[in-house]
Amino acid sequence: MLAQSATPANIAEREAVIDIAAADSCLEIQALSLAYAGTPALKELTLRVPRRRVTAFIGPSGCGKSTLLRALNRLHDLNETVSRRGEIRLEGQEIHAPEVAVAELRRRVGMVFQTPNPFPMSIYENVAFGLRLQGDMRKRQRDEVVEWALRSAALWDEVKARLGDSAWSLSGGQQQRLVIARTLAVKPEVLLLDEPASALDPISTLKIEELIRSLKSQLTLVLVTHNMQQAARVSDYTAFLHDGELVEYAPTDALFTNPRLARTENYITGRMA
Amino acid sequence: MDITSETHSQHISKQFNQELEELKTHLMAMGGLVEKQVQEAVTALLDGDSRLAERVRDNDNAVNDMQIKIDDECTRVLARRQPAASDLRLVLAVIRATSDLERIGDEASKIARNAMSLAEAGNGSKGFIEVRHISEHVRKMVRDALTAFARFDLDLALEVVHEDEAVDSEYTTAMRSLMTFMMEDPRSITSVLSVMWILRALERIGDHANNLAEYVVYLVKGLDIRHTDPDELDDEAIKRRG
Repeated sequence: MLAQSATPANIAEREAVIDIAAADSCLEIQALSLAYAGTPALKELTLRVPRRRVTAFIGPSGCGKSTLLRALNRLHDLNETVSRRGEIRLEGQEIHAPEVAVAELRRRVGMVFQTPNPFPMSIYENVAFGLRLQGDMRKRQRDEVVEWALRSAALWDEVKARLGDSAWSLSGGQQQRLVIARTLAVKPEVLLLDEPASALDPISTLKIEELIRSLKSQLTLVLVTHNMQQAARVSDYTAFLHDGELVEYAPTDALFTNPRLARTENYITGRMA
Repeated sequence: MDITSETHSQHISKQFNQELEELKTHLMAMGGLVEKQVQEAVTALLDGDSRLAERVRDNDNAVNDMQIKIDDECTRVLARRQPAASDLRLVLAVIRATSDLERIGDEASKIARNAMSLAEAGNGSKGFIEVRHISEHVRKMVRDALTAFARFDLDLALEVVHEDEAVDSEYTTAMRSLMTFMMEDPRSITSVLSVMWILRALERIGDHANNLAEYVVYLVKGLDIRHTDPDELDDEAIKRRG
């Protein structure tokens, strides 16, 4: 949707396309506010994350994009200085409800961080780790899941001959894909990616981006990135955050060709605010 | 958001500001040259001045060179800056505009060639009134479209878009009267045909000016109004768009 013809009907239609509220959503964030020791980090944020799409959060440092991402699988729970208001619903269920087990939530909503963090064990065991935690599984079945996860993470061909090697023997880009495979092995519904490629070289970055695209047929992806071109390349929807507020949230094509607000335009084009 | 002619000079990178500013300056220089070409081609015809016509024809190379130079600059900006939003729309609009300006240059060259053969044949000035009238009209369109581009003036761009229909109808009327001349006096067929080619070229220049104005709407509002019937355009809705 680079641009549309300008008859009144088409203008109305375009407004409708931008209205993401109409999309089938997997996660719903409702009036979410979050503060670190009383300092607000997110202010009354409301947005819906469409199912089986890639949604990117962009914005300057300190805008709250990582805070928001971490809130989606309750990584703030352990930080006692964090206070929260508002709701986050996964498939309609409030994730803070007493009946929701955090471990199960984090299985359903996996997370990958900026620096690859494989465990100090073999490639195979890294991917099988979550499966072992989940309980008994026959070796043959476990082998199948490990292979499936490594294939899904586009790493199988590179490691199939050395599954017993230490995960530390892999390159940075491979380690990041291994971590994604480890997350995929427990069949999450949502994958959160916090700057997943910022520590990688350009080729490894492209592989991760390609992987993100290929995974969206299976699950919902949410990506936090400093790299605007990356958001433009891989995401379907982009949310621009500033100062803990959601400034503009639109289909990526629209946001990067014709943002509605001057604040968004200034940020994505590198202008002084 | 509304884009103004100041918008592209506020980047953190001063170098980027300068590159975009140069694109606009060079496009305006090309526009100025093309405008002059059209004006001189028509003057050459009306005054029977073969020399001037020849100069217009030869100058077309300069127009072509400018197109290549500006397109090169656009390619460089795309490759090195990966522009987004209104910066991206500016670069795309400039690339499209150079193509239309180059073709206006070609039409001016065609007018000059026909002016030369008419001057050589030396017979009559049938249809010159129509040529003068339509040429004034389309030159104003080109000028206004370029001004609209330079100032990011949406109102003026929309005026040009609506103006093109008037030129089309003047063209049809002029062609009809030239047909009558040819029927009345078959000896005039060759020269009247030349005038018809000139009118055709002028009408095409109007179309290109219309395209330029459409790019301004795209640039300022992000709306692509190409291939939309001007009568169906809702100007007010376009202006209201955020």
